[in-house]
Formats: sequence, structure tokens, C-alpha cells
Amino acid sequence: MSLLELRNIYKIYGELHALDDVSLKVEKGEWVSIMGPSGSGKSTMMNIIGCMDKPSKGEVLLDGVDISKESSRNLTTIRRDKIGLIFQQFHLVNYLTAVENVMLAQYYHSIPDEKEALEALDRVGLADRAKHLPSQLSGGEQQRVCVARALINYPEIILADEPTGNLDEANEEIVVDLFHKLHNEGTTLIVVTHDPEVAEVAQRTLVLRSGRLAKEIVNKNFTGKIHFDEGDAFRKEEIHE
Amino acid sequence: MKKRQMYLRMITASLMRRRSRMLVALLSIAIGATILSGLVTIYYDVPRQMGAQFRNYGANMIFTASDEEMSLDDVHQSANMIPSDDLIGMTPYRYENIRIRERPIVVAGTDMESIKLTSPYWRIQGDYPATSEQILIGANVAESFRLKVGDMLTVSYTPEGAVATDEETVLDNMIDFEITGILDTGGSEEDYVYVSLEDLETLTENKGSIDVAELSVQANSDELAGYADKINDSGLPVLAKLVKRVTASETTVLSKLQALVLLVTVVVLALTMICVATTMTAVVAERRKEIGLRKAIGASDSSIIKEFIGESMLLGGLGGIFGSVLGFIFAQQVSIHVFSSSITFQPLLIPITILVSVLVTGLSSLMPIRSATEVDPALVLKGE
Repeated sequence: MSLLELRNIYKIYGELHALDDVSLKVEKGEWVSIMGPSGSGKSTMMNIIGCMDKPSKGEVLLDGVDISKESSRNLTTIRRDKIGLIFQQFHLVNYLTAVENVMLAQYYHSIPDEKEALEALDRVGLADRAKHLPSQLSGGEQQRVCVARALINYPEIILADEPTGNLDEANEEIVVDLFHKLHNEGTTLIVVTHDPEVAEVAQRTLVLRSGRLAKEIVNKNFTGKIHFDEGDAFRKEEIHE
Repeated sequence: MKKRQMYLRMITASLMRRRSRMLVALLSIAIGATILSGLVTIYYDVPRQMGAQFRNYGANMIFTASDEEMSLDDVHQSANMIPSDDLIGMTPYRYENIRIRERPIVVAGTDMESIKLTSPYWRIQGDYPATSEQILIGANVAESFRLKVGDMLTVSYTPEGAVATDEETVLDNMIDFEITGILDTGGSEEDYVYVSLEDLETLTENKGSIDVAELSVQANSDELAGYADKINDSGLPVLAKLVKRVTASETTVLSKLQALVLLVTVVVLALTMICVATTMTAVVAERRKEIGLRKAIGASDSSIIKEFIGESMLLGGLGGIFGSVLGFIFAQQVSIHVFSSSITFQPLLIPITILVSVLVTGLSSLMPIRSATEVDPALVLKGE
């Protein structure tokens, strides 16, 4: 059983088909990138996978359970328990210190534990910046706090939306290294990005275009570089059984 | 760490680390609480302040003899039934007929010091008599006899039952008084002369009884009626009566003034709520992104409401503390400038102001916070 499965998902706004019959599977411990130009439906897919939106049609199976018809309240619970979110804009609470921001996720999930939060910051190399406010941290450091916050509750999936979009090259490398580390520890990663260099380090890259899954590229070497070829055939067999 | 500790840490951090933002909200709440607490202080102090002002218009209770004669002791015993804090003054009067230059005049034997308390509106040209054999005369008497302050005045009294020893001489008691002051009230008091009770006793050669005692009591009409009943039921030969014209008008003015202050207080409370609600709406609106984030990482609507209400109530509490202190200062200034006296501190008003401030801020925040929980967490993910 796949950890996440989208079955014939549609998201329709009036005349616009933001997602048009999209199906995909993500296995436990897999690292998947989602790419596509603006308006291709990346964000809509992110929202649906992240339990922040519901599809107009189709099924979303998380751990084998269809969550597409769940109420907003239940989706909040599922999101809290199973999904760790990383944002392009970091979105840290600006009046809470780094460690308090990590503890915030614990607070909503179960019980805040400062020691554990400090360990999470240590994992992202920020143990010495734990008591700093976001305004006292660099962009890269803020994103690492965001990563620590996303992984603190041991989610089933870490969902990252343009995680390197606001970072310089050095910090981008640090964040990608962190993803490697998390993946090696068995974390399932879904990363939405338009940066090919970030996308190509994943095991699989899904390319969306006009709300449809246009292409899937499997990184056979995994650690090697993949160069996108627009002429590649859509490898349906990789997506559907 | 317990959840509650984290909760407190979050709401205090929000106030302490966002000082410049929160200062505006705090200022708005503190100003509201100040005016509210000040007005309530004035509302409760108005009867005392106005009561003191009304005392300038003279006595509001009088004692007369019931069936028997009323002695000075009876008068004192009756007056002692009124709490000393409420009794501003009590002046006994004993009236006798005397003669000045063979013309009959009424003399009142009284206590000059207490007249100043029960009849503070008396205007005296010169001074009140301070020692024996000094006299205060009414302006009409002064005019009739062409008397002025400093003149000597011989007062004659014919004792009851006195008989002439021969055809021309009557055994009158006579005392020479020094005129220390001329009384100007515009009323019947100007027709009398005033000496001390002791001098009158000397002149009449008897202690005599008290005819009337005037009392100035700081109390509302109900309390006054209660004191009067208590005295009338005491068995002393004293009949206590209220000066209706004073007590009734006092009650009317006081109730109208209190109603006015109450109305202003209610209006201010409503305005404060609107002001605080507007401020809290702005405070919450600028934190929509944060609310979206909290929801995205798993916060339920109820926990967001709890956090923001907690912040608002903490803010309200702080505003209430500042407001109750500043409100007292405000009420004190109003009292000094309007009533020329200081205000009575009401300790109970501090917790009440804080409580009202907390409730008003909490309630005012409820609507903007509820609308803020409708924020779509997906907006945060989109980076909007």
C-alpha cells in the first residue's frame, strides 16, 4: 500500500481546471519533486496533499484512508499528525524564538518539549541560535528552523513548497543536504520546486502542466544530475499500476 | 513543559516582544479604563461631594422640644445618636426677650463656634463673639440703633416675677456687651442679637431650656429620616424634624447628577468598546498570516481563539491596571477643580476596573478573532 495515492483528482474553479484527472502514488520513504510552470496546478496539488484543500472529484488516500471527503476540522487533525510543512517564505512566528517556533508545532500536536525541540534545532545545525528571534536569523537559518518545526512531530510526509526559493546558493545547499539526511532517515519528502537543481536530486520528479501530470522522470542514479528533456514520453506505467 | 506553560509563554511573548504594536492597543484600552474608572469614582463620590456642598446651605435637621422642656443635655444626647462622621455641626438656640434702650429685642443664646458649621452662609461684618460679654447683632438691629462693630451695648432683662421696688425702678438684670460683629443674612436672623449660652444664663439667672437646635448632617434623605426616627423613639424630650426644603432639593439634584454621570459612564463604556474592538480588529487583521500559519501547522479554530482571547485579556488586564491608577488621578483632578476637595479612594474599584477592562477587551476581540479563524491556511502555503 502506498503512503499517498491520488486517484483521478480534479480541482475545478468555474471554467478553470486547476487539476485535471491527476493520479499519482508516493511510497513510504520516497523523495518526490513536483515541478511545473506557474499556473500548472502545483500549488493546488500541494494544498490537496497538505490537507488544506479538497478535490472537486477523485480520491486522496493517505495511509490507505480516503481523506478527500473529510471535514476541515478532521483535515486539520490529519495535517497536524501526518504532515510537516516547509514554506518558501519560512513563516516563522516573529515574536517567538527559534526553539519556541519549533515547540509551537509540538504544542498543537501533543505536548511541548523544549529538550526535544533543541535536539531538532541541533539536527539542522542551529543549536546555538535556539534563543534567537527570526529577525536575528538569516534566511537560510530561518528555513532550517522551518525544517526543524516540520520534522519535530515525526510526520509521515514532509511537504516543502519552494523550500529554496528565497535562499542563496550556499543556504540552498544546506537545505538540500538536510533533505538528504531526512530521506536517509526514512522520511517521505514531497518537494514542490521550479529549481531543476533542487528537483533533480529527488528520486522522482513529476512535471505538471495545465493541471495535468505531463511527465515523470525517475532519477535512476538518484544522487546524480538529471537533465530534463521536454520530449520525454510520459511514463504512465511509473504512475499507474 | 506543560501546555499551559507554553500557552502563557506565547501570549506574554506576543505582548512583550511586539511592544510597539501592542502599545497602541494598550493605550486605547488604558484610556478607556481610565475614563471609566474615573467616572465611576466620581459617580460614587458625587453624593459625598455634593452633600458637602449642600451643607453650605445650612441645617437639614432641627430639634425642637416635644412635650416637656428640652435641656442642652437632651440635645447633646440626641445629637450623639448621629454618627460623628456624618454630623457636621449642631447649634442649640435659646431665645429670650430682652430690651435694648427700652425696646424689646429677641436674643438668641447659642454656641458661636458651631454656628460656623451649621450656618456657613452667614456673613459677618467683624467677628463672631469669642469671649463672654461679647455680642453679635443682626444688621436690622444695628441699623435701628445705629450701632457699629466695637460699640458697647447694654442689654436689659426683666426676670420672670420681678416686681418694682418702688414706682419708678424695676429690678432688671443688665450686662454691657461689646459688639464684635454685625450679621448679614438677608433673612429674619438680622432682627436678633446673639450671645453665648453662658452669657444668656448670667443675664437670665437661670439655665433655661433650649428652644431649637439646628443640625447639619451629611447623609441622604433616607439616612436622615432614619436618624430622626431613632431620636424620636429614644424617649428624650426631643422632636427631630428634617428641613424638607433642603433635603428634598438635595435628593433631587443628587439623583439627577448621578443619573447624568451614569449616562456619561455608559456612553463612554460603549465608545471604549467600539474603540477597543476597532483596535483589536486592526491587531488581528495584521496577524492573519500568523493565524494561517498556525492553522497550517495544526492549530484548531478553538485553540487560535483561546490564544488571541488570552492575549486580549492580558492586554485588557494591563490596561485595567493602568486605567484604575490613572482613573483615580483623573477623578482626583476633576474633584479638586469642580468640588475643591479630594476624592475618596475606592479600593474595590481597582479589581472592578481590571475585570471590566478584561471583559470588554475579550468581548471586543471575539468578533475579529472569530472572523480571523476563517483564514485559509493555504494562503500561507502559497506565500501570499
